[in-house]
Amino acid sequence: MDPVVTAQSLGRRFGHRWAVARLNLEVDRNERLLIIGPNGCGKTTLLRMMATLLPPSQGTLQWSGNGDDPRSVIGLMGHAPGIYEDLSAADNLRVFARLAGRDRGDVPSILTTVGLDGRSEPVSRYSAGMRRRLALAHLLQTQPALALLDEPFAQMDPGGIAQVSRSIRALPGAVVIASHQVHHAAPLCTRAILMDEGQIRWAGPANDAEAAWRALHRERGDL
Amino acid sequence: MTAVLQILWKDALIEWTARSRTVSLLSFAYTILLLFAFAVGADADTLRRHAGAYMWMSILLCSTLLLERTMRIEFEAGAIERLLLTPVPPAALFYGKALSNSVQLWVVGAFTIPLVVVICDVSFVEHALWLLAAVALGGAGLAAPGTLYSAMTARLAGRQLLLPLMLFPLIVPVLVAAVKTTSLVILGDPMDQAGSWLVLLACFNLVYWSLCGVLFGRVVDA
Amino acid sequence: MSKRWESWTGLVGLALIVGGHYVGLFVAPPEAMMGDVGRILYAHVPTAWVGLVAYLAAFIAAIGAMVTGRATWDALVEATVEVGLLLNVLLLIQGSVWAKPTWGVYWTWDPRLTTSAIMVVSFGAVLALRRQIDDPVRRLTLSSVATIIAFVNVPVVYMSVRWWRTIHQDFSSPETVSSAMVTPLRTAAFGMLFLATSFVVRRWRLGLKALEAEFEAPDLPEPVAPLRIEE
Repeated sequence: MDPVVTAQSLGRRFGHRWAVARLNLEVDRNERLLIIGPNGCGKTTLLRMMATLLPPSQGTLQWSGNGDDPRSVIGLMGHAPGIYEDLSAADNLRVFARLAGRDRGDVPSILTTVGLDGRSEPVSRYSAGMRRRLALAHLLQTQPALALLDEPFAQMDPGGIAQVSRSIRALPGAVVIASHQVHHAAPLCTRAILMDEGQIRWAGPANDAEAAWRALHRERGDL
Repeated sequence: MTAVLQILWKDALIEWTARSRTVSLLSFAYTILLLFAFAVGADADTLRRHAGAYMWMSILLCSTLLLERTMRIEFEAGAIERLLLTPVPPAALFYGKALSNSVQLWVVGAFTIPLVVVICDVSFVEHALWLLAAVALGGAGLAAPGTLYSAMTARLAGRQLLLPLMLFPLIVPVLVAAVKTTSLVILGDPMDQAGSWLVLLACFNLVYWSLCGVLFGRVVDA
Repeated sequence: MSKRWESWTGLVGLALIVGGHYVGLFVAPPEAMMGDVGRILYAHVPTAWVGLVAYLAAFIAAIGAMVTGRATWDALVEATVEVGLLLNVLLLIQGSVWAKPTWGVYWTWDPRLTTSAIMVVSFGAVLALRRQIDDPVRRLTLSSVATIIAFVNVPVVYMSVRWWRTIHQDFSSPETVSSAMVTPLRTAAFGMLFLATSFVVRRWRLGLKALEAEFEAPDLPEPVAPLRIEE
């Protein structure tokens, strides 16, 4: 067990509402974890805390990584694409590569991987799906020890979904995916947890995720 | 330090790529000056005496538009969050951004000079250096607190009103000193006062460039 | 400070103000150059002094809030800025009332006046900012930053406008004010200080209740029941 991130009694509230509570979780160095759960269950909050963008209200979150800045091991594909609308996709990647002290040489190949090559227009002209591809490209560029993906398949066409799946498989380190599209995400993962009202209600192998999902919705009367 | 330059380069790239916006801003500066001239009427003497005031009001009004816009691009698609995930320290984010804003305000300032010469019939040839110093220090003096406050108000619904409202009291010293120096350059400076006004501008810049840099980290984390 | 102390401080303050003003209005001699109009000194000068003290307290409270992040300091920022703003506005009104018969105009662009007017906008903007932010932690941080900068700006504005023009009275101190007027002035000043303090403490107490409710962490929810999968 060599965890890349460990959460203990983790909690986060917004005003009087606990978005995440009593959360204990360990993500192993080579693990692929799927987080499923209904809207508002705290998946995004948890991912943002793991990405250091939100401080916890309670409990602890620890990242391995030589005691350095945890940001150096993290890559995020979040809800907001994290881009500059005025720049082209290539310029966006180059800017952040430079700021993070990374080599800019592989920008063209990354763009080809996500299907955005050969475009020089500003990102403001992109569709929603194209923006998410660029967000994925940002993640791929960081080659993180801990990749966090929040709804990576959202707004993607089937080609995009296939591309995202391929890219996720190729990621080097630990991967945490929060997704509603269980049937796309589960084959990419080894383990899964189900969150409900900020807490973990179920944990098991990724293959059982779909069954857990159905069980939850049966319980809620959605199915 | 390199981080500051990298942020500056990033902003330069963005502003260059979207340079049509700068053209709009310069047109706005020109329009303000014309409006002042129309409002004052064909009174050459008044125009001459208050040319400094018209010039700096034009720069000031451009600055609120500029400051709001340069910060909005960081927040509109979440770029600021990606920036916070890089090793760049928040203070470097501030200084890079504030420098970029300063440069753009210098461009606006430089652009208004020939316009003021024509519209108000003044000459800057003597003591041109003083004028350039006033533009440099005045622009920087607007940019430092402006960058901090634009970050503070970026996520608020009332930002378009709140930003100028909060900024206005801060920049009064800049406005006063810059207008004074400019007017002395235009109208003559028999008692050599321009230097002391520039000293005031320099002190203001010193205080605000340091204070705002320190506070910026807390503002973006919030 | 318990509620009883608050009230007593306020009452003592009020008594001192009344006493000081009585002496100032009826006993002390009229001002050498202005005549009876100069008696506004006993109201105006204490208002100015205590207003600045309130803003200074706000500055210190803002630093405390930024360092500790606690509701106590945030409530103090709110209370001191409000009371300071009240005194500031009062100051401008008093000044205008005095200015008309003395200078012939209600207002003029001199360092003191300009600085006071700017302070109203600066600190008023702090309150406006507070109204716009729902998240208590963000509100604490941003309003503290705005308060710190507003306060730092005061000497800068003053110096910048002072280099421009000066026609306001010189600083009021025992050197510039005649001895017969010093006593009622000091009395009124202490009175104003006590009264303002009681206002601040009361406002702080009220604000603290509301803010603590916002900052308070509610209980953790009950642990959820584990999900059972039946196939």
